Amino acid sequence: MIEFRRVTKQFPDGTVAVENVDIVIPPRKTTVLVGSSGSGKTTLLRMINRMVDPSGGQVLIDGTDVATVDPVQLRRGIGYVMQNSGLLPHRTVIDNVATVPLLRGTAKRQAYDRALELMDTVGLDRSLADRYPSQLSGGQQQRVGVARGLAVDPNILLMDEPFGAVDPIVRAELQQELLRLQGELGKTVVFVTHDIDEAFLLGDQVVIMQRGGKISQAASPTEILARPADAFVADFVGADRGKRALHLTDVDGRRVVVDSDGRPAGVLAP
Amino acid sequence: MNLFLDGIAWILDPANWTGVGSIPERIGQHLLISAVVLVIASIIALPAGVAVGHSGRGKEPAVMVSGGLRALPTLGVLTLFALWLGIGLQAPVIALVILAIPPLLAGAYAGLESVDRRTIDAARAMGMREDQIIGKVELPLGMPIVVGGIRSATLQIIATATLAAYVADFGLGRYIFAGLKTRDYAEMLGGSILVIILALAIDGLFAITQRLVVPHGVRAARGSELRSGPSRSRAAMGRPITEGNQE
Repeated sequence: MIEFRRVTKQFPDGTVAVENVDIVIPPRKTTVLVGSSGSGKTTLLRMINRMVDPSGGQVLIDGTDVATVDPVQLRRGIGYVMQNSGLLPHRTVIDNVATVPLLRGTAKRQAYDRALELMDTVGLDRSLADRYPSQLSGGQQQRVGVARGLAVDPNILLMDEPFGAVDPIVRAELQQELLRLQGELGKTVVFVTHDIDEAFLLGDQVVIMQRGGKISQAASPTEILARPADAFVADFVGADRGKRALHLTDVDGRRVVVDSDGRPAGVLAP
Repeated sequence: MNLFLDGIAWILDPANWTGVGSIPERIGQHLLISAVVLVIASIIALPAGVAVGHSGRGKEPAVMVSGGLRALPTLGVLTLFALWLGIGLQAPVIALVILAIPPLLAGAYAGLESVDRRTIDAARAMGMREDQIIGKVELPLGMPIVVGGIRSATLQIIATATLAAYVADFGLGRYIFAGLKTRDYAEMLGGSILVIILALAIDGLFAITQRLVVPHGVRAARGSELRSGPSRSRAAMGRPITEGNQE
């Protein structure tokens, strides 16, 4: 369990990125931080592995204040997946995946065996092991990034807009892949995105943030749609328009669900 | 043109290849002083450049120091130190070290600075210590530019090491100064040609080295683009990460 207690981050130039945030991130679930740019969601994520230190408040992992843990040791125990994969361009796929285990002193042979298994897990062909990142497609690079994040079998996986830079088709594929993985592995995933559809698809808990680093609502997708906390949330999730504002019409006795433009979304199951 | 041929003839004269002050001996001395200077200057400038490039701090002073040192006329510095330290090799070594520091410093910090900030951020987020980030990420990726700095410094050292003969009986510069004094222009020109050949040969070796140190994955990505020409202008690739940074 990750807990933010009255966490504030003010940068030396005076910008307040995160203000007075309290959230509990439940274990073995996916929590998605969603908001437009400048809402402090990445800052919040990076406080978990001490890439950013809060200027006020506490971040606790299983009751331990992360400020008391050596950042390097802390980071080696937490998976991190970032946009554009962040792979080391001068290392092969297998070396990239094995990086952290090797840093932790795992024997080379064992680290490589594990890396190959992880390539299977994330759906990468083992024949790609000796390629360099630049020789892979964007989607493949992102899969390597996920494999690397999982390499030390961490309890916590931080994902910072990991699918932000790939095309929509690959993106949908990677989202499904992540759902499958999460079903198998049950990690505590903290996922940052600015795409509310992605948040609703992946999140058990969705945290909606607004400019200035305040939390507007933290709840399950269903709850957010049913009871948006305020006008900002309602507008952000688009509850009153497009494909979220569905209603029923009666067509020859079948109840058809249509969106706000009158386009059919499906039929209501009996 | 005649004079030029005289110079070549002087080089080829077997009499100049044996005995005290022979061409091989002078080349050996020239290479020795160049190597000593390069090592001393590297010990001073490379760690400083790496520190500046890694931390991003102290870049302004580094630019100012290297710019200022570049503006110093080496002959003037040499004369100054020679007046102070007397005849011998100390003065030329110091003057040449001062000459070599700017390109080494600039190459080292530009090399580390050229590494994509996102790659470094990812390395840190994975749990690399700062020294591991330097050794396993920044240096391998910035190496072509660092070597470019060493290459440029070496070229300047070898060309300017002729000045050592101004205050000491050392190196290929001896032929140039001796030829000038005795109006033996064949000797003077022969000495100059030897310096040029030596400089070009060493520069060629560095050109090859510079290609060899381009990491494999980077070579695969950029193909021939990085192989041609000096890579100094390639500094500052990638965008800095602004969101969520500490400083």
